[in-house]
Amino acid sequence: MTLIATDRFELIDSPPPDAETIGRNLLKMNPLLVRDWLLEFLRDELIRRRHFSQAVVGVSGGVDSAVTAYLCALALGPQNVTAIRMPYRTSSRESLQHAQLVIDALGLPSRTIEITDAVDGYIKQFENEADGRRRGNVMARMRMIILFDQSAKLDGLPVGTGNKSERLFGYFTWHADDSPPINPLGDLYKSQVWELARLLGVPSVIVEKPASADLIEGQTDEGDFGISYQRADLILALLLRGYSRNRIIEMGVGSAEVDLVKSKLDKTHWKRHLPTTAMLSNTSINDYYLRPVDY
Amino acid sequence: MTQITTRPNFVSQDEVERTRLRVLLAQFQPQKGDYEANVRRVGDIFEQMAANGVQTDVLTLPETALSGYFLEGGVREAARRQQVVFDDLQAEYLQRFGPDAPLLDITLGYYEEHRGAFYNSALYATLGTTSNHAGWQPGIVHNHRKFFLATYGVFDEERFVSRGRRVQAFDTRFGRTGMLICEDTWHSIAATILALQGAHVIFIGNASPARQFANDEPGNLTRWRDLVRDISSEHNLFVVLTNLCGFEGGKGFIGGSIVTNPFGEVVLNAPVAKECLVRTELNLADIMVARSENPLLADLETRLPDLIAELRTIERS
Repeated sequence: MTLIATDRFELIDSPPPDAETIGRNLLKMNPLLVRDWLLEFLRDELIRRRHFSQAVVGVSGGVDSAVTAYLCALALGPQNVTAIRMPYRTSSRESLQHAQLVIDALGLPSRTIEITDAVDGYIKQFENEADGRRRGNVMARMRMIILFDQSAKLDGLPVGTGNKSERLFGYFTWHADDSPPINPLGDLYKSQVWELARLLGVPSVIVEKPASADLIEGQTDEGDFGISYQRADLILALLLRGYSRNRIIEMGVGSAEVDLVKSKLDKTHWKRHLPTTAMLSNTSINDYYLRPVDY
Repeated sequence: MTQITTRPNFVSQDEVERTRLRVLLAQFQPQKGDYEANVRRVGDIFEQMAANGVQTDVLTLPETALSGYFLEGGVREAARRQQVVFDDLQAEYLQRFGPDAPLLDITLGYYEEHRGAFYNSALYATLGTTSNHAGWQPGIVHNHRKFFLATYGVFDEERFVSRGRRVQAFDTRFGRTGMLICEDTWHSIAATILALQGAHVIFIGNASPARQFANDEPGNLTRWRDLVRDISSEHNLFVVLTNLCGFEGGKGFIGGSIVTNPFGEVVLNAPVAKECLVRTELNLADIMVARSENPLLADLETRLPDLIAELRTIERS
């Protein structure tokens, strides 16, 4: 019997791809193609389907609303996009200035509507003991009221700014940040929004600064989460692909990080849905009576 | 309706002219849920053809062209019987081309109602009034009901429509033809059956919402190009893929319709996402050239009994 001398063959190891490689691939996007697709989306939703020419965007000074404003300006023309700044008395001066940078760069019609009196009219008079979370929710809902009312006044449509990462973390106020009827960024992770922002030419001071809900001074999203967006996006992308917790750990992600992200995701499914309705008939809306949003 | 019973002869040089098939692809953006408006828009295409002297043998439109794709329970409101669809298209056609309208073949997707059941269907019909030398008359030539219903991810077809039971090639005045709808194409066996049944052109109607934005075009469009190229190169036939375009509730259909030739080459890439008419011509004689180089289909035919025997073992396992 002749033996083949296997040691004459070069042995090449090809290990399975790790989490970084798979995640990077899942998060890969062509920002130019995404931009063009979102411009068509905005034109289609606003003009063709709903017959609006005007968009109203709450511009906070953060990167999400900046990107939304840039996209709307490109899709509809800057004269058809009204930027609303809605600071509360504790909002940072810097946020207001960054919002102005966006407004000036695009030449948008704009308005600054301070929400302090409206929020405090409720909080100070009736609920002065409310903690930061409740106060933040009241602020977000007040901004929603103003955006919708300004849209009614201008015969326009409010455009949402929420990204996929915060939607998956439930890091938003239900029926507030998520309430505008259309949202161009809702399927883009935060890290992808940054990439798109760079393509669009959003001022770098807005792109590079730490993301913040700006409810209390010094607050950052990543501080609230306990994980960076880059890591969170990678883990979210793997979880949404369908990889199990254990498989992701096996791919090289720490168990604490996976558990942190997964628990935020698992606890917030309700926030990504409309209110739960008691079903009593076989014509229950959205259970039996099913019509698409654009039907 | 008189049917051609023999396949066209691609060999004879004097028949070359007859083997040129002019195809007009309508990359179409339907009015959501509005059957009548979409029939009128097909009428607008006829109008444009009449006004600009656009001559074609076959006009092809994508899946669910007469209603839009994502209708959910609205399928029951937008669905029509195949004869109704034919009559409405014929009326639009005759209105534009008059009582002596030349024959025009049309393929298009629609939601079909048949005896109280609903289907995602594709109709192949001949419109017009003038019968040609082969004795063809206007009428429905074939109706294909989507065999593989997409029910995963963003798709939920099985909830709203029933599945078709047949995959059949059929004779047209231009020869043997097949039709597939969207997911039918993703199972290579469906196109293989049509090829074995003698189809030399497969018209595929498709509604594919764009996903994967990593490269220069939506990733699913790249995948579609690979799919139809593989069908063409394996069976040496033409594939005409016509895609829906426009947005439905945030889902943007890809457009980017594709034609591949019997050598497995992409000969037409329509613009991504944009509603348009694209005209091309298929030289059916290329099928003979390609098959003489590469007799894969003939090999498959000869091995078929063994393959069928193998398939039966799967059935029993």
